[in-house]
Amino acid sequence: MAFERNMDPKKTPMPTQDAEKRSHNFEEVALGYTYEMAVAEARRCLHCKNKPCQSACPVAIDIPGFIGRIAEEDLQGAWEILSASTALPAVCGRVCPQEHQCEGKCVRGIKGEPVGIGRLERFVADWHNAREDQKTEKPKANGHKVAIVGSGPAGLTCAGELAKMGYEVTVYEALHQAGGVLVYGIPEFRLPKAIVAQEIEGLKKLGVKVETNMVIGKVLTIDDLFDMGNEAIFVGSGAGLPRFMNIPGENLKGVYSANEYLTRVNLMKAYQQDSKTPIQRSQKVAVVGGGNVAMDAARCARRMGADEVTIVYRRSMNELPARKEEVEHALEEGIAFKTLSDPIEVLGDENGFVCGLRCIAMELGEPDESGRRRPVPVKDSAFDIPVDAVIVAIGTSPNPLIRKTTPGLETNKRGCIITEDEGGLTSRDGVYAGGDAVTGAATVILSMGAGKEAAKAMDAYIKGKNQ
Amino acid sequence: MFEIVKKEPLNATVTKMVVKAPLIARKAQPGQFIIFRALPDSERIPLTIADYDREKGTVTIIFQIVGRGTMELNTLNVGDSINDFVGPLGTPSHLDGLKKVAVVGGGVGCAIAYPVAKKLHKMGAQVHAITGFRNKELVILEQDFRDISDVYKIVTDDGSYGEKGLVTDALEQLIKEGNQYDEVFAIGPLIMMKFVCLLTKKYGIKTVVSMNPIMIDGTGMCGGCRLTVGGETKFACVDGPDFDGHLVDFDEAMKRGAMYRQFEAREREEECELMQKEVEG
Ligand SMILES: Cc1cc2nc3c(=O)[nH]c(=O)nc-3n(C[C@H](O)[C@H](O)[C@H](O)COP(=O)(O)OP(=O)(O)OC[C@H]3O[C@@H](n4cnc5c(N)ncnc54)[C@H](O)[C@@H]3O)c2cc1C
Ligand SMILES: Cc1cc2nc3c(=O)[nH]c(=O)nc-3n(C[C@H](O)[C@H](O)[C@H](O)COP(=O)(O)OP(=O)(O)OC[C@H]3O[C@@H](n4cnc5c(N)ncnc54)[C@H](O)[C@@H]3O)c2cc1C
Ligand code: SF4
Ligand code: SF4
Ligand code: FES
Repeated sequence: MAFERNMDPKKTPMPTQDAEKRSHNFEEVALGYTYEMAVAEARRCLHCKNKPCQSACPVAIDIPGFIGRIAEEDLQGAWEILSASTALPAVCGRVCPQEHQCEGKCVRGIKGEPVGIGRLERFVADWHNAREDQKTEKPKANGHKVAIVGSGPAGLTCAGELAKMGYEVTVYEALHQAGGVLVYGIPEFRLPKAIVAQEIEGLKKLGVKVETNMVIGKVLTIDDLFDMGNEAIFVGSGAGLPRFMNIPGENLKGVYSANEYLTRVNLMKAYQQDSKTPIQRSQKVAVVGGGNVAMDAARCARRMGADEVTIVYRRSMNELPARKEEVEHALEEGIAFKTLSDPIEVLGDENGFVCGLRCIAMELGEPDESGRRRPVPVKDSAFDIPVDAVIVAIGTSPNPLIRKTTPGLETNKRGCIITEDEGGLTSRDGVYAGGDAVTGAATVILSMGAGKEAAKAMDAYIKGKNQ
Repeated sequence: MFEIVKKEPLNATVTKMVVKAPLIARKAQPGQFIIFRALPDSERIPLTIADYDREKGTVTIIFQIVGRGTMELNTLNVGDSINDFVGPLGTPSHLDGLKKVAVVGGGVGCAIAYPVAKKLHKMGAQVHAITGFRNKELVILEQDFRDISDVYKIVTDDGSYGEKGLVTDALEQLIKEGNQYDEVFAIGPLIMMKFVCLLTKKYGIKTVVSMNPIMIDGTGMCGGCRLTVGGETKFACVDGPDFDGHLVDFDEAMKRGAMYRQFEAREREEECELMQKEVEG
C-alpha cells in the first residue's frame, strides 16, 4: 500500500451551503468533496476481506475496490470499477439511503462513523462527468427492437443495458421531460437536473431513442408496441398515484398532494422567478408524512418563502423513514417536526382556502407487522395548527393506466405488477416490469437494480426465441 | 413536434386549430382531451379534442383565449409547431344505446359538446342541441351544430341573436313540449352546468357533465384535478372528465377553479405587454 491509512473515527465532513442562505435558494445543498477530502476519506477504508459493505449494496458495487483506487489517486480506475455495476453513480451517491445500505454495514461504523461511501461514489462520478473527453461508442446493432415504458431510474437503466447489448431501444415517457421522479420529484437542491440530463444524453449517444408525451395505455398500448415490432417490453412506470388522507377539508384550496406541489416546483420550475407556473406563496405550511417525499416538500416550501414549515408525522423521530441526512438538513433549515400527531381535518376559511390543520396526539403501542411500534390515538387530544397550505405526502401507489389497458397483465391488490422472479417477467409473455411499478414506492437504487436484471432476462428471452 | 395545418378564428376570442398528430387521431374518442404546451417553457394546458380525422392524422382543437397559455398558443400560425401535444387523455363519453339526447353547450363549452353531438348523430340518435352565448359576437359552431341536430336552438343572454334567455330556459321548454330524453349532456361554465343539473334533477333525467378543473399531468399523478362526486374523490383526468352531473359537488369545483386567479391575472398582463412590445417593435 502506497499510502497511510486515515484512522480518524469521523467521516470527512461534507462541505455544505450555509443553512440560512440555502433555505432561500434552490442550489445544491451538499457541495461535494474536494480532491484532497476524497483521498483522505478513501484512506479510512480498511479493505475488509469479506466486504460487508458490498453485500448491503443492492447493485453489489465493489466498494473497497473503487475506494482503494481513490486512495491511490487513480480516479479513472475508480470510475471503471464503479461503472461496471451502476449506471447512475452521480445520482445514487447523492440519494441512496446509505445508512440502511452500504454504510450501515461498514466496519468502521462500529466504533466511529462509517466510510463515506456515497460521498466518494458521487465524487468519482462528478469527476468523470466533468471531463470533456468521455467517449461513448455506439454499440453494434443486433437487429432486435425493444420498448421501455417510463423514463425513471428503472427504465433508463434497462434501456442503457439493452442498448449496450446492441438492441434498438425506444423509451416512451408520459410527461414532456424524461427522468421520472428524478426530474419531477426530487428537487434541484438535492439532485441537480443537469446531472439527470447528462445521463439521458449519454443514453442517447448509445442510440437510445426517447419519446416524450407518450402515455402508454392511451396513445399506444402495450399490444401496439408489440405490433410495431418490439420483441420484448419493459414496464417501469413507477408508483405515481398519490394517496390522500380521506379526511374532511382535503379538497380545500391550498391542499396539495406532494406530487402536485413538487411537480409544480421542480418539473414546471415554479421556483424560478420568471416561471409561468402558478403556485401558492404560502406562509405557514404543514407537510403530512415522514419520508423523503415529505422532507423534499417541506424544504421546497421553505425555499418558496414559507416562514413556518411543520412536518406532521404520526410516529416519533426514531421511525422517520426519510434518509438521515435529509432529516438533519431539514432541521438545520428550520423545519419544525410535530411528531406523534395525526391529522383528522383540514380547516378552511369562508373563501375555501386552508386556514388550519386539526390533529390528534398519538402514542406508540405494540409493534405492527413492519416491526415499528404502532401509533395509537390519545383520547381527547385534538389540537389545531394554523397553516395556509397542507401538503399530503403519505405515499403513492402504481398508476392503474397500464394495468387497465393491457389484457392479461396481473397485478396484486395494491395495484403492483406481479413478476415471476428477479428478471421481472410478468404474466404476459415478453412483458417485463421493475422498479416502483412492481414494488410500490421504494428507492432509486432498487429500481435501477430491477431495470438491470430485467435487461438480462429480456436479452435471454429474445435470444432464446430467435434460436 | 406537432404542426398546425389550419387556423381559423371563430370569434374574437375563440380559435380553431387543426393539428397534425397521427397517433392521437388514430385513437381519439368524443369526450377525450389533449394537453399541450405551446412553447418549451409553457404551462401544460388541457383542451378537448373537438374533432379528429383518422385518415389525415389530424386533431382539431377549439380554444378560448383566456390567459397566458392560450395566448401563447394563439401566437402560433399555420406551419408552426406546438411543442408538446399529448393525448388522447381521459375516459371517452359513454354514448352506447342512447336514442334521444339533448346536448347543451355554453360558450366555448360548445366546442366540447360538439364531438359528442356529432357522434350521437352518426350513431343514429336523435340530437336536440341547445347552445347558449352571452351575445351575438360570441356565437361559434352554429352551422356545425345545425348539420347534425334534429332540433337546434340558439340562445343569447342579451337576445342579440337567437332567442333571448338561458340554455336552461330552452331546455325546460323542450322538456315541457313532451320530449323525453334518455340523457342530457351539459357542457359549459360550471355555473351553467350546475343549473342544468338542478333542472334535470327536477324532471329525473340523467345528466352528464364534462368537468374542467385545473390540471397538470392529465394521467392521475398529481391529484390537482380532484373533484367530489357522490361524496367520493375522483380525478377528472382519468375518471372523467365526464361525470354524473347530479352527483358532482359544483360549489367545491367552482372554488377550486379560482385557486390561481391572482397569479393568472398578473401573467395575463405580462403576456399582453409582451405581445404589445412585439407588435410595436
Ligand atoms: C420526492 C421524492 C423523493 C425521493 N427521494 C429518494 C431518495 O432520496 N433516495 C431514493 O433512493 N429514492 C427516493 N425516492 C424514491 C425514488 O425516486 C423512486 O423509488 C424511483 O424513482 C422509482 O423509479 P422508477 O423508475 O420505478 O419510477 P419513476 O421514477 O416513478 O419513473 C416512472 C416514469 O414512468 C412514467 N410513466 C408512468 N406511467 C406511464 C405510462 N403509462 N406511459 C409512459 N410513461 C409512464 C412516469 O411519468 C415516470 O417518468 C424519492 C421519491 C420521491 C417522489
Ligand atoms: C378536460 C378539459 C378540457 C378543456 N377543453 C377546453 C376546450 O376545448 N376549449 C377551451 O377553450 N378550454 C378548454 N378547457 C379549459 C382550458 O384548459 C383553460 O381555459 C386553460 O387552462 C386556460 O389557460 P390559460 O393559461 O390560457 O389561462 P389562465 O391564465 O391559466 O386562466 C384564465 C382563466 O381560466 C381559468 N382556468 C384556468 N385553468 C382552467 C381550466 N383547466 N379549466 C377551466 N378554467 C380554467 C382560470 O381560473 C382563469 O379564470 C378545458 C379544460 C379541461 C380540464
Ligand atoms: S449504490 Fe447506493 S448502496 Fe450501493 S454503494 Fe452506492 S450509495 Fe451505497
Ligand atoms: S466495510 Fe467499510 S471499511 Fe470495510 S471495506 Fe467496506 S467500506 Fe471499507
Ligand atoms: S391532472 Fe394530475 S391527476 Fe389529474
